[in-house]
Amino acid sequence: MSEELSFTLDGRRIPFQDGQTVMDAALAAGIYIPHLCFNPDFAPHGSCRVCLVKVNSRFQASCTTPAADGLAVQSETEELREIRRGILQMLFVEGNHVCPACEKSGACQLQAVAYYVGMLNPHFSHFYPRRPVDASHSEAVIDFNRCILCELCVRASRDVDGKNIFAVQGRGIEAHLVVNTPSGKLGATNFSIHDKAAQVCPTGAILTKHQGYNTPIGQRLYDRKPISVVGDVAHLPESRGGRRHD
Amino acid sequence: MIESKLKVATCSLAGCFGCHMSLLDLDERLFELVDRIELDRSPLTDIKELGECDVGLIEGGVCNAENVHVLMEFRARCKILVAIGACALNGGVPAMRNQFSLKECLEESYLKEIGLVNPQIPDDPELPLLLNKVHPLHEVVKIDYFLPGCPPSADTIWTFISQLLSGQPIALSYTQIHYD
Repeated sequence: MSEELSFTLDGRRIPFQDGQTVMDAALAAGIYIPHLCFNPDFAPHGSCRVCLVKVNSRFQASCTTPAADGLAVQSETEELREIRRGILQMLFVEGNHVCPACEKSGACQLQAVAYYVGMLNPHFSHFYPRRPVDASHSEAVIDFNRCILCELCVRASRDVDGKNIFAVQGRGIEAHLVVNTPSGKLGATNFSIHDKAAQVCPTGAILTKHQGYNTPIGQRLYDRKPISVVGDVAHLPESRGGRRHD
Repeated sequence: MIESKLKVATCSLAGCFGCHMSLLDLDERLFELVDRIELDRSPLTDIKELGECDVGLIEGGVCNAENVHVLMEFRARCKILVAIGACALNGGVPAMRNQFSLKECLEESYLKEIGLVNPQIPDDPELPLLLNKVHPLHEVVKIDYFLPGCPPSADTIWTFISQLLSGQPIALSYTQIHYD
C-alpha cells in the first residue's frame, strides 16, 4: 500500500507525483495559478514571477518549485494578489501596451492575467521605450513594443521547431528580443506561422498577419469569462480564439 | 437623511470625447443621474469656470501646458478625482508619440507629410505649448479612482457612479473591466 503524496493549496489537498512542480500539480488538479512565462509544453523559465505563491511562508515561483509532501502553499491571498498586480503593472509600464490599438486585445494573456489580478491602473511611471516593429515577414509581424521577455518564442523555436530564430540580447533593463539573422529581420529567416514559436506569445508581440480584428468585441477569448476559466491562449483551438494549431 | 445633490465636473484633456459619449450612452439612466448630481464645469454644460466640486471625472491624458493647468485646477477643487478611460490611465493612443521626440512628431506632421501646402509648424501664441511627452493623469496629480476602458462602457460608468453616490465600495464585475 502506498501513501499518496500531497500538499495543500489554499487549504485544498493537491495530490502530486514525484518530479511535478507546484504549478504542474495545481494544473492537473484544475486549479489556476496566474502565469505568463510558464507553458506546460516547455521547461519552466521562472522569470515573470506572476505565478508567485507562498510555500511554507516563503515566496516561490510555483512553476519552478518542486512539489513536496506536506507543503502548505498559498496562492489566492490578498497579499499575493497585490504582489502579482505590482508585477503586472511593471510589465505594462516597461513596454508600450496600447490595448485599444492592438489586434491581440481581448485574446491577450497579459491583459487577461491583469484582469484576473484586478489591475485597474498602471500605478508606476511609464517608460515609453522606443522599440521597432518588424513587418518584413510575409505572414507574421513582430511588435517589439509588446514583448515581455517571457522567452516562450525563444524556447519554442529552439526546442520544438529546431530553428533557433529568437534570442534575448542585453542585460537588465537593456534586455530585448532579437531575431537571429545578420539583418535582425524576421523576413530573412525561415520562420513560418505554422511554427510552435508563432503560437506561444502571451501578448500581441508576434502576430499572424491578415487576421486582425476578425473577432467582434464581445466574442473575443477573454471578453466574457476570466482566464482562470477560459485557459491560456496557446492551448486553445483557433475556433475558440486561440492560436492556430496544426 | 435628505440627499443633497453632488456637484460633478467633467473634462476631456488629451482625449477624443469618446468617454463623454459613453457617459451620454447611459440613455434613460441620465434622468436618474440628473436627479442626484448637478453638473458644474463640463463640455455638456459649457460652464468655463470650475467651482468647488465633489467629484471630477477626467478623460484623456496630459499632452500640453493647458492640460496641466486644467488638471491641477480639478485636483484643487474636486474632493474626488476620477481618471476615466485608457488615455487618462496610461496616455493611450496620444502617448504613442512618446517614443519619438516632439521635434520628430511636429516635423513629420507639418513639414514632411505628403500633400502639404506651405508646410510650417503651427506657432500661434494662442496654441497651448505641447509637452515633450504625453502623461497619464496619475503622473501629474493624485487620482482617487481609475476606470479603464476605451471607453469604459456606460454600464461600467453607471455602476461606478451609483456605487460612489451611495457610498458603497466600488466593485465592478468582470465584463465591466477592460482596457480597450
